[in-house]
Amino acid sequence: MVHNEQQERDRRRRARSIAIALALVALVVMFYVATIVRLGGNVFNRPI
Amino acid sequence: MADIGVQASPLRPAQTMGGSIGDFIALMKPRVMSLVVFTALVGMVLAPDQLHPVLAVIALVCIAVGAGASGALNMWYDADIDACMQRTASRPIPRGHVTPDEALTFGMILAIGSVLTLGLIINWLAGALLAGTIVFYVLVYTMWLKRRTPQNIVIGGAAGAFPPMIGWAAATGSISIESIVLFLIIFMWTPPHFWALALYRARDYERAGVPMLPVVAGADETRKQIVIYSALLVPLGIWPAFMGFGGPLYALFSIMLGAIFLALAINVHAIREGREADKAAKQLFGFSILYLFGLFATLLLERSMGLAAGG
Repeated sequence: MVHNEQQERDRRRRARSIAIALALVALVVMFYVATIVRLGGNVFNRPI
Repeated sequence: MADIGVQASPLRPAQTMGGSIGDFIALMKPRVMSLVVFTALVGMVLAPDQLHPVLAVIALVCIAVGAGASGALNMWYDADIDACMQRTASRPIPRGHVTPDEALTFGMILAIGSVLTLGLIINWLAGALLAGTIVFYVLVYTMWLKRRTPQNIVIGGAAGAFPPMIGWAAATGSISIESIVLFLIIFMWTPPHFWALALYRARDYERAGVPMLPVVAGADETRKQIVIYSALLVPLGIWPAFMGFGGPLYALFSIMLGAIFLALAINVHAIREGREADKAAKQLFGFSILYLFGLFATLLLERSMGLAAGG
């Protein structure tokens, strides 16, 4: 019983950790895409 | 104003299992979120300036997350009374799945994150309106008004009315009379909607010590107020047609839906005893959701079909 609870607790913690990681990745992607959209073609307008 | 002391029982201590993803989603009140996103989308689509589709999606995500933050912070503060009410007893905090501290942290991170993201990516007027909405819902409605006055949802309803204005501000960077009319429709819709619910859930609210109108002023006074607010709401619902951002289809639908709304409100006023009275209140509550959805969906449909004048 205690073992099952521990397993369930670990499973939920893992799920929460994955959700936080995915949310952070989504945030990074969102800012990246928004930057590209905002800058448009100007994103390539820089000295090489 | 009557001031009813909260008689809520203390919470059961939280179990140590930790919340599941579903519990954290429930904290965000997904059904409220969906209405918020929908009304914000309508505000955004009706605006004369259009956002790039990607930016529009980001703005809607921010508004949805901001609404979710409000829900989580509301559940954090109201956990004691949620535990006393049948309708809310199964929420994650009263069930012990999520601790109040976790809900507070979750809500604060979402609130700050959504406001900053909306401000940085879209514009700061929209960000400020979203921040104002969250602050109004949590501080003014949840913490101040809800437990103190039967006018709680009249004033607090403003929080739920802001989303179309935020959507409009996201697209244009400004506030206009059209977005204020959309705000007023939701603002005036909120009291009859919640009072219809409160009529058949009065015992729940009484047990939790929430001074809803039926608890403090009685069912008859509530029925009278429902009719008054409905009579104010219906012409306001038709107003977009006069202003030109609702077309002929909207004029027809808003008159038809408004007539049904008013008839159901009068029905609630007329039937005061027994199960039939509860049934009438439930009918009005159910239809009120359909009414608001119908009005906003028609505006959206007309705009997408090019039937109405530009905002």
